[in-house]
Amino acid sequence: MKPKIAFFDFACCEGCQLQVVNLEAEMLDLIGAVDIVQFREAMTEKSDDYAIAFVEGSITREKDIPRLKKIREQAAILVALGACATIGGVNCLKNFQPSEEVRKYVYGERADWYEAFAARPIDAVVPVDYYIHGCPIHKAEFLKVIKALLMGMKPEIPTYPVCAECKRAGNVCVFDLGMTCLGPVTRAGCGAWCPTYRDNCAGCRGLIPEPNINAEKEVLKKYGLTVEQAIGQFRIFLGYSEIAK
Amino acid sequence: MKNISVYVDHVTRVEGHGNIVINVKEGKIEECQWEVVEAPRFFEAFVRGRKYAEVAHIVSRICGICSIGHTLCSLQATEAALGVKISEQTRLLRRILIQGENLQSHVLHAYFLAAPDFFGVPSVFPLVKTHPEVVLRALRMKRLANDLCDVFGGRTVHPITPTVNGFTKLPDVAEIKEIRKRLGEATPDLEATLELFQTLRIPDFKRQTEYISLKSKEEYAFYDGVIASTDAGTTPVENYRSWTNEYLVPHSTAKYTKHVRDSYMVGPLARFNNNHDQLSPRAKKAAEELGLPAPCYNPFMNTAAQVVEAVHAVDESIRLIDELLDKGLKEEDRRILLKAGRGVGAVDVPRGILFHDYTYDKNGICKEANCIIPTNQNHANIQKDMEALLSQMLDRPQDEIRLSLEMLVRAYDPCISCSTHLLKVRFV
Repeated sequence: MKPKIAFFDFACCEGCQLQVVNLEAEMLDLIGAVDIVQFREAMTEKSDDYAIAFVEGSITREKDIPRLKKIREQAAILVALGACATIGGVNCLKNFQPSEEVRKYVYGERADWYEAFAARPIDAVVPVDYYIHGCPIHKAEFLKVIKALLMGMKPEIPTYPVCAECKRAGNVCVFDLGMTCLGPVTRAGCGAWCPTYRDNCAGCRGLIPEPNINAEKEVLKKYGLTVEQAIGQFRIFLGYSEIAK
Repeated sequence: MKNISVYVDHVTRVEGHGNIVINVKEGKIEECQWEVVEAPRFFEAFVRGRKYAEVAHIVSRICGICSIGHTLCSLQATEAALGVKISEQTRLLRRILIQGENLQSHVLHAYFLAAPDFFGVPSVFPLVKTHPEVVLRALRMKRLANDLCDVFGGRTVHPITPTVNGFTKLPDVAEIKEIRKRLGEATPDLEATLELFQTLRIPDFKRQTEYISLKSKEEYAFYDGVIASTDAGTTPVENYRSWTNEYLVPHSTAKYTKHVRDSYMVGPLARFNNNHDQLSPRAKKAAEELGLPAPCYNPFMNTAAQVVEAVHAVDESIRLIDELLDKGLKEEDRRILLKAGRGVGAVDVPRGILFHDYTYDKNGICKEANCIIPTNQNHANIQKDMEALLSQMLDRPQDEIRLSLEMLVRAYDPCISCSTHLLKVRFV
């Protein structure tokens, strides 16, 4: 029997599920290998009988919690899909402003209608088995993870930094182009996607294990950033981690 | 007299979360509601304090499907605020990117989200077995559109290269030529698409409303122009607030808008109604073949307008790429001088006209932000259409009512993550 998989989302842009739909060439192989039983963005029928759950998005409301817990109870394997789910991502930017003020700014005097608490990654609420990092996820990495899961293996994700991939790609260092970059402390696996297009790495894949944060802060300082500005750089995607506080 | 009770909890095959709630007692409509239940996300609040160069990357994350549109609209607003005049080359490259996004979004919606209703299946997946040629064609066209976006933006979902006053890296000329060749070869797929969508039955329903889009003397407007309305003429984009008039409703985490009437419509059908004269000859012919008259007051025909715009997107991309190759690409100086100011951007993205509005201080730090999203502008119109459609269907079976209402919502291709997120039908 083909393994049953399901897709779910919380606060996010659904771009990572779109990356799955964007597989195109590999889409038919995927449909042949698994039984997709729930994928609201793409299908009407749904079943709560699934073994592997892919969850996109951050947890931002009280009512998200029981829903996520139910998914966790059902799924033998729970995979966090994309930065909002794996590390909190851009949603956590709001955590640095008073919640009341944030709601008032967007919803005015009706702020009370809109319940929200500090945004968090899904592993702040339930245990997560595997992570597919990135904003958005990389299609090749999604395929690698799902292939490993189908073969009953543990998917391997890199523990070295984007910097290593960037050097291997032969890119000009974006520091030398006058930008600052989080590539030295960010987990690889995207093929140095942004620096290859001469943009800086903003850390969307989360930190490598045991990152040398002080060295990174020193480098950012050397390139003219104040401590405050350096922390500001980390907040775009890494707002939930200690480094951004 | 009959009772009808429908609750579609999270309408499917739309981007985001919304519900439909219907309650009819003894032939009288007691409740007919379109509810938006997406988690609120607060982008406008949290871009404050960020540097001008970061804002487009952050707001791109409002929506995965229209991330190119959000990026370009954001850059426009930032450039207007900082007094930056972009080059002709930058404008040309951005207009190609918009066409790429429009093609990819319309193919996705027409084939993957709307078409299954016409085949009577719950998703595109069963069609792999029964109609493999349809699925393969859809995948081929989507790949073409995504590759076009990748060539010009570095990435389709959350583009990398578009930046303030230009591009971090220019597209590779060999890759441009290759994609130009593939666009030229797309004709058989476009023709087959037209044939398919001609056979699909569109519900017979009409409700005239106000239609709002961008308008430009130069072309069928997507990237720039003025705001145009079928009821009220035109106005500069800076006046967007008095034309959108945002308000809140308690059953929705998204904001609603209204202008001359109680509601208005944006998106492919609105653009078509306002600008159909400027479509490419082949797209005009496609509209005729699909039975899309100008103007058209049937919201279900929004899907037909998407197919027409998909044809236009291929023709327009070819025209713009030829112009680009003819002029040649050159590296440009992207440096700018910072100054304090406020600026508004407006881009007609796949689901309709989008506005971003920022205020920066003299150091280029964002102080105020406002974004008005196409789907927000359509929510009130979806509600009004639902009420009108339900009242003319009261004698029909409940399942038919449910399907028609779901199809209506889906025809708008609502992007609820953007608007905050949406879709379920609930008959209570």
